[in-house]
Amino acid sequence: MSRKVNSLGRGSGLALGISLTWFSLLVLIPLAAVVVKSTAGGWSGFTHTLSNPQTQAALRLTIGDSLLVTVLNVVMGTVIAWVLVRERFPGAAILDVIIDLPFALPTIVAGLVLLSLYGPQSPFGVNEANTRNAVFLALAFVTLPFIVRTVQPVLEELDKDVEEAASSLGANGFTTFRRVILPSLVPAIAAGAGLSFARAISEYGSLVLLSGNLPFKTEVASVRIVGFIEGDNTAAASVIAVVLLVAALVVIVALDVVQRRVSRRG
Amino acid sequence: MVRTHPALRLVLRLLVVGYLVMLVAWPVGLVVTHTFDHGFTALDNAFADPNVVHALKMTAIVSVISVLINLVFGVTISILLVRYEFWGKRALSALIDVPLSVSPVVVGLSLLLVYNPINGWFGAGLADAGIKIIFSTPGMIMATTFVALPLVIREVVPVLEEIGDDQEWAARSLGASPVQVLRRITLPSIKWAIVYGVVLALARSIGEFGAVKIVSGNIVGSTQTATTVVEERYQNFDQPTAYAISFLLAFASVICIVVVAVLRPKNES
Repeated sequence: MSRKVNSLGRGSGLALGISLTWFSLLVLIPLAAVVVKSTAGGWSGFTHTLSNPQTQAALRLTIGDSLLVTVLNVVMGTVIAWVLVRERFPGAAILDVIIDLPFALPTIVAGLVLLSLYGPQSPFGVNEANTRNAVFLALAFVTLPFIVRTVQPVLEELDKDVEEAASSLGANGFTTFRRVILPSLVPAIAAGAGLSFARAISEYGSLVLLSGNLPFKTEVASVRIVGFIEGDNTAAASVIAVVLLVAALVVIVALDVVQRRVSRRG
Repeated sequence: MVRTHPALRLVLRLLVVGYLVMLVAWPVGLVVTHTFDHGFTALDNAFADPNVVHALKMTAIVSVISVLINLVFGVTISILLVRYEFWGKRALSALIDVPLSVSPVVVGLSLLLVYNPINGWFGAGLADAGIKIIFSTPGMIMATTFVALPLVIREVVPVLEEIGDDQEWAARSLGASPVQVLRRITLPSIKWAIVYGVVLALARSIGEFGAVKIVSGNIVGSTQTATTVVEERYQNFDQPTAYAISFLLAFASVICIVVVAVLRPKNES
């Protein structure tokens, strides 16, 4: 059925004009200002900010830990989705709600939540506050739902006949999983991984209390940006912001390519 | 179905339960127990503190106004994107999702660059006209609206696509005016999608921290919000108050996800 499409009338044209103006004033112009500001000092301003060892350490920690957390999520997210869809056991419904908590909790509360178990008053005596482990932990917490929530619906829709056919043809459980189930999950896993990485490199709120923001040790890129803003150096802050935007873009595009390649082969 | 070995199934189950308990359930539970370590005294003390009460009020005002703005523009943009054809539609549809992958800190920075009163692109002119945006409520509302912007649209657009426009055309051919079509046909059919979108946007708005911290200047008793007061109190060793406010924030956001979880199946049946 071809969709009947309305062209803009006077009322809807006005609504579009107002909406676009609002969106530009709120989002597009401010983001453009960040890009413009980052080039204010020319190429040398860009390289000057990025050659600062403290900034480099923050970027290396942020991008490295975000990649690691994304790998962890690829494994754990897929396993969690698998167990929630395929297994029936008491308490499964509660687990399903727990998955959404990291999305719902304010980030500053997420930091405090993790401090209560892994901080100085930990009931089992570990104190990970102000360490690199704390950074990893916070990122794992806030990105937990992404892959679970993208893989879960695909797994629910999966055609079980194909699995039956594979096993009746003599494939064992592992072979069926690797050759039949996994390929159909890859696009969802890739999409979730992209979201998870983008979220991890931009994380701020949950790290403020937990990581201690120690330069060269636990300071991430977002904290470095806030440091530059508070020091009234918005040009340097904009340079790091642009690097983060580009990193997120690169990973999202790369995963999109993976996704297409897999679906073409399947 | 894949036949998985019973031992493997048990291992996977234990792995998942253990991971979720250690990462989410136990720590969240501890915040609740910390809040009530001494009964209700922590909550009572927090409510007796005028700066805390002011911060909670700021959060309420800022989130309600920004949710209303996102409601009006979110529904309008969704209808325009699905029902109308115009130049640049695909670009707009892609750009709408951008706020989801921008760091809250970058959101704050971007608004600061445009609206700060000293050398902001528009801020200097607005300051001359006596309008203050940065370090004041309008800027906080803008930052909150920015981060929650895609949430209503992402809920409403798929529903509008799903229901199609046959009923709208039928009503129009029977002589209904555009306003009547909108009020009697379109809005009732996307009612639940709007409710989810609003609840999700509200949860996001209440919890916003990074962007608001930067544009508000975090002035105690003035532009401080519930989330920024948690940071300030924790760092100033007033942990009971930090836990009490965190508990309130966590409670509000859990209510939001429960509301969505309860409402959603009803709509789908």
